[in-house]
Amino acid sequence: MTPLAPLPFPETSFALVLGLLLLAPLAIAGVALINTGLGRSRSAAQSLLGSLVVISTGVIAFALVGSALAAGTSGDHVFHLAGKAWNWAGAGPLFLEGFSAAPARMQLSLLFELLSVALVALIPWGSGADRLRLPAGAVIAAILGAAVFPLVAHWTWGGGWLAQLGANFSAGGGLLDGGGAAAIHALGGVSALAVVWIAGPRKGKFPHEGLSTAMPGHNVVYVLLGCLIALVGWLAWNMAGSLLWLHAAPGGLVTTAVNTFLSAAAALVATFSVTRIRFGKPDASLCANGWLAGLVTSSACAGVVSPLAALFAGLVAGIITPLLVELFELALSIDDPSGAISVHGAAGLWGLAAAGIFAPQQGQFAAQLIGVSTLLGLMLPLVYLVLWLVNRVLALRVDPDGERLGMDLHELGGNAYPEFVVHRDESYR
Amino acid sequence: MKYAGLLVMPAGFFLSIAAILLFPASAQRAAFVLCGLAVEAMGLVVAVRGHMQIRGENR
Repeated sequence: MTPLAPLPFPETSFALVLGLLLLAPLAIAGVALINTGLGRSRSAAQSLLGSLVVISTGVIAFALVGSALAAGTSGDHVFHLAGKAWNWAGAGPLFLEGFSAAPARMQLSLLFELLSVALVALIPWGSGADRLRLPAGAVIAAILGAAVFPLVAHWTWGGGWLAQLGANFSAGGGLLDGGGAAAIHALGGVSALAVVWIAGPRKGKFPHEGLSTAMPGHNVVYVLLGCLIALVGWLAWNMAGSLLWLHAAPGGLVTTAVNTFLSAAAALVATFSVTRIRFGKPDASLCANGWLAGLVTSSACAGVVSPLAALFAGLVAGIITPLLVELFELALSIDDPSGAISVHGAAGLWGLAAAGIFAPQQGQFAAQLIGVSTLLGLMLPLVYLVLWLVNRVLALRVDPDGERLGMDLHELGGNAYPEFVVHRDESYR
Repeated sequence: MKYAGLLVMPAGFFLSIAAILLFPASAQRAAFVLCGLAVEAMGLVVAVRGHMQIRGENR
């Protein structure tokens, strides 16, 4: 990928990308619904209100500060190593200064990144469900929006060092990430892992003796409806990303859409089969996770691989997702109610690798693996360190009394479903 | 133990960066990057084991 400014951007592409980006928030709505449905009934209102809070704080932080780091301009921060320029941070204006006079392509890029921040912020919020406080969620989102996401977005989309791996080191076309598998999903997934490690599991999840306690999602209908809504948003997201970041011609967008759909469909069939074989009946929550994992995988692949390759990538994502969800919970004592670490983290990383395996460019596999390595080896420890420091100042987790009451009553003063009986902790071991 | 694992992970990242600087041939480069990823995976395993140890003590 090359810096954005010199490329021509015809008016038809502008209108197309703008129209697609207006549909993209459906992906955010879908993920928010899925997160809420997979949480407990006594935290449902806090979960959905929290989604709005983390989206708002993340977007504001990005607009005021993060957009400067993410921007790809001629004055970017660069250091030189081994005779090559390593572009590590943008140097755009703070507070969106001069935004309305910027070229159309830059404006669309910023809108795409604003939406991406919203989705990144939602991912760890879902993993911290039922114990993460609203102010803590807002602070995490602000940090992700102001500093963490902008760095990865710049490296990937803003002409940063990952995007220039192709030009500087003949590694294919640099890191290819049209739909945000790296900058959105894998980053959100590793942030989710950091959050659940720091916040700890829900009370009663891992009892003193025996296996972990099952705490099923309170509304599978929300979860499955969220999957269908997310599909529309994802189709738009991947197509807009292909136009903006992969410089695809409008005529190639149908393939991107077909690949997105095929990846999700293959993943669902795979998860359906795996859970049917393992448990005797298909598991609706895990199937939803599989569907979403297929969509996440398509975020990296859809714009650069053939339909058959997208189908295979989705199939693999659908097989590994339920197994990873089970592994994290039963073997590794990681309490992730939304399954975001598997769905967004692992599937995002797999999608990046799959794009490298199936993309036609020579050397692309190494570029994609370096992207995976950056997210896992650099961003996970970095995010963990930052959130660990935040937790020293502002507790991420609600106090035990609040957890016993439920997040709705404790933080909002009322339940999401006042006419229903709400489960208390006593109903669990 | 968890922090030791998290400290090992950036070492794997720097190995991956070294790969693109040292090896111009794509096969060698990919193999070396995979080694970097293996180091990261080892760091992650150590961090996860540290997490499980802490969980076990807190139960």
